[in-house]
Amino acid sequence: MLIFRHEDGKKVASPEQIQIWMKQTMDWIGGIAAQNKFVGGNGLPFDDARVVHSNKTVTNGPFGDIKETLGGYVIVKANSADEAAEFAKGSPVLQGAGNTIEIRKIAKGDGVH
Amino acid sequence: MNQQELIPHLFRTEYSKITAVLCKLFGMEHIEIAEDIASDTFLKAMETWTYKGVPPNPTAWLYSVAKNKAKNYLHHNHIFKQKIFNDLKNSEMLAEELEIDLSVKNITDSQLQMLFAICHPSISAEAQIGLALRILCGFGIDEIANAFLSNKETINKRLFRAKEKLRLEKVKIVFPAEPEIIVRLETVLTTLYLLFNEGYYSESNDVTLNKDLCLEAMRLTNQLLENEKTNLPQVNALLSLMCFHSSRFEARVNKKGEFILYEDQDETLWNTELISKGVYFFKEASLGNTLSKYHLEAGIAYWHTIKADTKEKWENILQLYNRLLQIAYSPIAALNRTYAFSKANGNKEAIIEAEKLNLNNNHFYFILLGELYKAIDPKKAKQHFQTAHTLAKTETDKHTIQRNLDKL
Repeated sequence: MLIFRHEDGKKVASPEQIQIWMKQTMDWIGGIAAQNKFVGGNGLPFDDARVVHSNKTVTNGPFGDIKETLGGYVIVKANSADEAAEFAKGSPVLQGAGNTIEIRKIAKGDGVH
Repeated sequence: MNQQELIPHLFRTEYSKITAVLCKLFGMEHIEIAEDIASDTFLKAMETWTYKGVPPNPTAWLYSVAKNKAKNYLHHNHIFKQKIFNDLKNSEMLAEELEIDLSVKNITDSQLQMLFAICHPSISAEAQIGLALRILCGFGIDEIANAFLSNKETINKRLFRAKEKLRLEKVKIVFPAEPEIIVRLETVLTTLYLLFNEGYYSESNDVTLNKDLCLEAMRLTNQLLENEKTNLPQVNALLSLMCFHSSRFEARVNKKGEFILYEDQDETLWNTELISKGVYFFKEASLGNTLSKYHLEAGIAYWHTIKADTKEKWENILQLYNRLLQIAYSPIAALNRTYAFSKANGNKEAIIEAEKLNLNNNHFYFILLGELYKAIDPKKAKQHFQTAHTLAKTETDKHTIQRNLDKL
C-alpha cells in the first residue's frame, strides 16, 4: 500500500493547479494499471474531516493538531517493497516539498502487498 | 424475396423462436427434441413450398406445422409425454391438450430466458457463443465453424458437450430471480460482447458472415433492452459501444476484403445513423450510478467517431483508458492506452510508459514501440519492427509490419 502524506493540508491550490495534478495522478495510476499492477485506491479529501481525541472530544479537520495529513492511498501488486517504491517515485504527490509516500505491506493478503 | 432466399431468411429468424418456445416447454434436458422439431418444420416447408408454392403467411404456416409436429411427437412418445407433464407444474390444465404458445410475447420471453440459460457460468465462453449462434441466431454448424476458424466436427462436439453440461447442471429456462439478475446479466453481457468481437476482429475473410455476427450480437443486446428488468445502464452502454464500432463497417474493409487502418479510412463511409444511435444509447446508459467497463469502452469508441486529431480527443481517450485499466486490465487496452498517451503527452514520455509494459510475446507491443521510436531513433524502430515480424502469426500481420519496415 502506498500512503500519501502531505506536510501541510491547509495549502489551497488553484483550480488550474488541481486540474494538472488530477491529470498527472490519473496518468500515473493508469500507468500502474497498464502493467496490471493496480489493485485499488482512494483519495481522501481534506474538507469536512474530523479528529476524535483520546478524551473523546471531536475537532474539525486534522490540520493544526497533526503535522502530516493523509491525502489518500493506492494499493498495488508488487513483489517487493522496492518495486512498490519505484511506483511511488512517479506520483505527483512528491512534487510538494515535504510530502512523503509511505510503503506498507497489507497483512494477511493473498500475495498482494 | 424469392423462395430460394425466403427459406434461409426465415430459418435465421424463425428457427430460434420455435426452438426457444418448445425448449422452454419441454425443459433444457430435451433441447435436442426441440431442435429436431424446428428443423423438421423447415424440411417440410422446403418440400411443400417447392410444389405448392409459398403460403400467404409463411411464418404462421411454420408455427402451425411446428405445433402439429410437437403434438404428434408427444402423442407417439407416451413416456416423454408423461415426463413432460410431470415436470410441468400446472399439469392439470395441460393434461388434455398441450398448449403451444407461439404468441409474440411468449416467443420474446422464451428467447430471453434461453439467452440467460445458455450464458450459464458452468460452460465456457466459447461454448456459450456457439450455442447462442446455433439456438438463438439460427446459424448453421458450417457458419459457426467458419466464424471460429474451426471445423464442423469440433463445433458439433463443443455444442454437444455444452448441452450435456447444461443438462447435468439442471439449468432451467426461466428468468433469473431479481437479486440474481445483475450477476447473471454480467455473463450474458460478456458473451454478447465476445460474440460482437468475434465478428468485428475476426481473422476469417468472410466479410458478410463477420457482419452478421455483429448484427446478431446487437439484436440480442437490443432484446435485453426491450425487457424492463434488463433495460439497465450497462446493457445500454454495451449496445452504444457496438453501434459506434459498427458505424465503421463499410469503411474498414476494401473490395479485396483487406482491413483498412483507422487513420486511412474514408470517414464519409462511416454510418452516421449508427453513430446517432450510439449516442442515444450512451445517454440512456448515463442514467443512474452504474459505471461499467462498457461505459468506458463506449466512451472511447465515441471519441473514435470523430476523425479530427485534436489534443482534446486524445486526452479524453487516455483518461478513459486510465480508468478502464483500473477495472478491467487487458494487454490490448494497455497498448491502446500507451498509444493514446503518446498522442496526448508526446512520444518521449510514451516510450518510458511503453517499456514498463513488458508484453514481450505480443507482436503488437513491438509494433507500438516501433511506431514510438520512428521519429526519435529509426535504428531502434527498425529493431522493434523486426521483432514484431518474427512474432507475428498471420500472413496479413507480417505483411503490414513489412510495409512499416519498408517505409523506414
